[in-house]
Amino acid sequence: MSSLSRLPFEKEIYALEDLLASLETKEGGEKGSSEEIRRIRKEIASLKKTKFNNLTAWETVQVSRHPDRPQLLDYVEMIFEDFVELHGDRAFGDDRALRTGFARVGEFRVMLMGHQKGHTLQERQECMYGCAHPEGYRKALKNMKLAEKFNLPVICLIDTPGAFPGIGAEERGQSALIANNILEMTRLATPVICVVIGEGGSGGALGIGVGDRVCMLEFAYYSVISPEGCAGILWKTANETTKPTAAEALRLTSRDLSRLGVVDHVIMEPLGGAHRDPKEIGNTLKASLLKMLRELVTIPVAELLEQRYMKFRKMGVYLENESQNQSAGSA
Amino acid sequence: MSSKESNQPGKALSGRPKRGVPEGLWIRCPNCKASLFRKEVEARLNVCPECDHHLYIPTVERIAQLLDADSFEEWFRDCRPCDPLGFKDRISYQERIEAEQAKTMQFDAAAVGRGFIRGRPVAVGITDFAFMAGSMGSVVGEKLSRCAEEATRLRLPLIFVSGSGGGARMQEGILSLMQMAKVSAAIARHQQSGCLYISILTNPTMGGAAASFAFQGDLTLAEPGALIGFAGRRTIWNTVRLELPEGFQTSEFLLQHGFIDRIVHRSQLRTEVAALVDYCEKS
Ligand SMILES: [Zn+2]
Repeated sequence: MSSLSRLPFEKEIYALEDLLASLETKEGGEKGSSEEIRRIRKEIASLKKTKFNNLTAWETVQVSRHPDRPQLLDYVEMIFEDFVELHGDRAFGDDRALRTGFARVGEFRVMLMGHQKGHTLQERQECMYGCAHPEGYRKALKNMKLAEKFNLPVICLIDTPGAFPGIGAEERGQSALIANNILEMTRLATPVICVVIGEGGSGGALGIGVGDRVCMLEFAYYSVISPEGCAGILWKTANETTKPTAAEALRLTSRDLSRLGVVDHVIMEPLGGAHRDPKEIGNTLKASLLKMLRELVTIPVAELLEQRYMKFRKMGVYLENESQNQSAGSA
Repeated sequence: MSSKESNQPGKALSGRPKRGVPEGLWIRCPNCKASLFRKEVEARLNVCPECDHHLYIPTVERIAQLLDADSFEEWFRDCRPCDPLGFKDRISYQERIEAEQAKTMQFDAAAVGRGFIRGRPVAVGITDFAFMAGSMGSVVGEKLSRCAEEATRLRLPLIFVSGSGGGARMQEGILSLMQMAKVSAAIARHQQSGCLYISILTNPTMGGAAASFAFQGDLTLAEPGALIGFAGRRTIWNTVRLELPEGFQTSEFLLQHGFIDRIVHRSQLRTEVAALVDYCEKS
């Protein structure tokens, strides 16, 4: 792991890990050091636990954006089989920020889709940093309809800073395409599972984010606007002070969204975050997806659609006739 | 279902508009900068006599222009915002709500109800830029959703007039984003029931409003020269660092690129909507 991808608040953890590594190589199998090594290992574990149980909202955002954090294609590699990518949107082009295709997971054939941000600089540039254009959303819907036709469940892995803000995107109807996806997903007659695996950036996330189950990985975030954008508007400038403040105010962590009734499940990450143990988060995510798929495929479609309607219909908090109407999951 | 009697801000729709063009005998056109005699502008439906720029009009005025006289019956007026996140920037959301309510004499940024357009019954929803830029918080989402549901139940054509600048209500965080899905679900059901939905885009219609109800119409109309789009111009410039094309994100730009059906002058809006409703009536 390069030192570039070391987050500021992970400094102490990395210092101890470096120390551990040097002890392990230097003193090899010597007896005297094992006590010390054990002590350091324990310390690292407890430090990670303390740190990651108490991440601020802004630190969570940084973890969600970690360059080594597993992305769509890493999960394709780890937990899906026989992925067959489908490229065409039938109108403009192949959006590399949003990938779609057939896949198998456990005993299920599914339509898999999600944003891909890329790990290296070159990948990132190819994928537009996970910011999709209208053609990406059109492709996604085209393949959701295909899934509906053949009763395949749809799995959407969300990981985007937002839909691409550019001239071409506006010319090609970014808002119209996202609006259409949202509308069609509210009534797509097949099970839909959405998981925010990293960044859940506003409309760009919601464009593949309406489903029977909406879940988040523990250190993902999901927000109506980026902390930077919010700070720039409400605090007039986005800097190292206002960004954390905005992140906190927006209530964008998995814990917040669970409390607000917006996400159904929070999928727990390995100690120290998904980037420290991709294999483990892969297993956890797979188990979670299979559990939800097994539940959802037993529900008759009409009932599924009614439940989906009500799930979103209940969201929101407002006052009326002296009483407060709460969002779905709030206490 | 609808609470017809209420006092304080919600009452305003039957009263005189409190906001819109600033008070005074003369006003300045925000587009051509001409000094205009207020009375003359008002007599022309708040359209600039010099350059034809369509100025902001408050909800009451919109209702008066679009619907038959005194035909509007407001629904769900008592639906009011609160502060689910305990949001505070430089001032608290609660304080902001109160200030906006005092300024606009409205509980929030949307009004919905039923009325008649040249004798044709319709359900109508309006988002008003004057209240927190017309942004979609829980109240706007709830009112528009209920309006669509009522329209489905009563088998009425649905007409939404959007004047939502930012789209999202940041102070309600993720709940604001979820309103997009909520309203879309209600519109989908209305559409599925075979009823007509006409979306009218006015200046400005951006972000979350544009990426949901505003672009889900069977028919999409826009007033001339309205700013319509997904991302803000500054955000785009910061991302691509390219000069934005002439007329970028205007009604005319959208027409040219195939995303709206017609640009309709304010003076023709009522007539056009009536004609479109007639075309889509099932025989
Ligand atoms: Zn003018």
